[in-house]
Amino acid sequence: MGRALRPNVRLTADGAMGACRMDDDRLTGAGRPIRSGRDIGRGGYRPAIRVVKFFLLFPLLASCSGVQSALDPAGREASDVANLFFAMLIGGVVIWAGVVVLLFHAARKRRSYSEKGAGQLILWGGAVFPTVILAALLSYAVWLMPNVRPWFSEDMDVRRVEVIGEQFWWRVRYLDEGGAVIFETANEVRVPTGERVVFLLKSPDVIHSFWIPVLGGKMDMIPGRKNRLTLQAEKPGTYRGVCAEFCGTSHALMAFTVHAMEPEAYETWVAARRKASGGQDQEGLALFLRHGCAACHAISGTEARGAIGPDLTAFGERGSVGAGTLPNAQEHVARFIRDPGQIKPEARMPHFSMLEAAEIDRIAAYLKGLR
Amino acid sequence: MKSFIPREVETLWTLFTAPTVWALHFVVCYATVAVFCARGLASEISFDTVRIGLGVVTALALAMIVLSAWLAWRQWGFGSDDPPHDEATRNARTLFQGFATLLLSGLSFVAVLYMAIPMIFIAGCQP
Repeated sequence: MGRALRPNVRLTADGAMGACRMDDDRLTGAGRPIRSGRDIGRGGYRPAIRVVKFFLLFPLLASCSGVQSALDPAGREASDVANLFFAMLIGGVVIWAGVVVLLFHAARKRRSYSEKGAGQLILWGGAVFPTVILAALLSYAVWLMPNVRPWFSEDMDVRRVEVIGEQFWWRVRYLDEGGAVIFETANEVRVPTGERVVFLLKSPDVIHSFWIPVLGGKMDMIPGRKNRLTLQAEKPGTYRGVCAEFCGTSHALMAFTVHAMEPEAYETWVAARRKASGGQDQEGLALFLRHGCAACHAISGTEARGAIGPDLTAFGERGSVGAGTLPNAQEHVARFIRDPGQIKPEARMPHFSMLEAAEIDRIAAYLKGLR
Repeated sequence: MKSFIPREVETLWTLFTAPTVWALHFVVCYATVAVFCARGLASEISFDTVRIGLGVVTALALAMIVLSAWLAWRQWGFGSDDPPHDEATRNARTLFQGFATLLLSGLSFVAVLYMAIPMIFIAGCQP
């Protein structure tokens, strides 16, 4: 019975989703499978066709935009990073082109140059020019630094969010002015636009790295340390953040959804989130509690207060199942409950395939209904 | 009148003058800023004082490197002879060492300058 769903969605060795097609699967990364050699270049194309195909790839440059692109910034820090990147890129291309022109010129030289002239070229082109250019680039990059990594001390009046990277998910705690936890959630970060937010980054197990490419640079989460990262979102939207430091088998499946919201919408969400309760669907909740889910998971407004796994309050609003692994659909929740290790290798949650399929579906429906 | 410029000596040690100045400048800059921040001296002394102090150290380091470069240039015979100076003679050895010292001085000069650039832009200590 439980197998009926399996042929529909399978995880292949290279992380690409087999037949999984959801409307908005960008957040889960399922829409960007790692291309295997079978897709491109099967059979022997003639070189001319290859060249044409190469130029046909140019529209792919459009994929520089998107929910997880540092080249399509939606925040202040990220736009500085993007400017720095493009300054370096253009400068690099100009220098490269100059060297190539020189190379061709030297290869087909018609007239010979004096040894003194060559020495002059080496001195000016090989020593003075790079020194000046590197000094300029260094100055520009160092000058940008206070903008890319702005600093706010903890006692200043800035919004603070604590993010804890765990194998292989994100614990997210919203703090009040005094530093007390207002509420906890997981695998989803919400920030108001036009306002600085300080992220306090920690890890209880191994080194992770917190990275929201559209908002700014990455920052490591190191066990025993508390790192800080300041970000300011400018464009409202839904983005994707990832773990950027290899942290174990499911490292590539450790992502999160980022919602940059208008300040009023953000406040509304915070207020709603503080009042959220999982008690509306008593039958689903009873099943959730009876099968021991509450030992690890918490749902506010209920007896479920487990702290080992992700908090599941308002789970229905989340952008994904399994920390950015699958789109948030009931069938995926059910699959995850049945055997998390099949979707996320080495996830700490045990499998629940001993449960009746109907019960798993009922719990999945309950979770999907949480607001 | 006795010149303050050292007379020409024949030793391998002069080759390392400029890199040594660079290394000392590097350690002084890093250690000063690190101690300043770690000791929490920011409340007593302004960071600009440190910046100016290290600016003076940088100027001194650059002056010493320029002096080393001038001495090397002199040893190289003020560029009268072109490299590679690969004959097995005492004179070629002297010229080669002078030229090598001159190049190392140039490298050290640039390295000290690059070391100083961030100090212009450092905003302060992060607790």
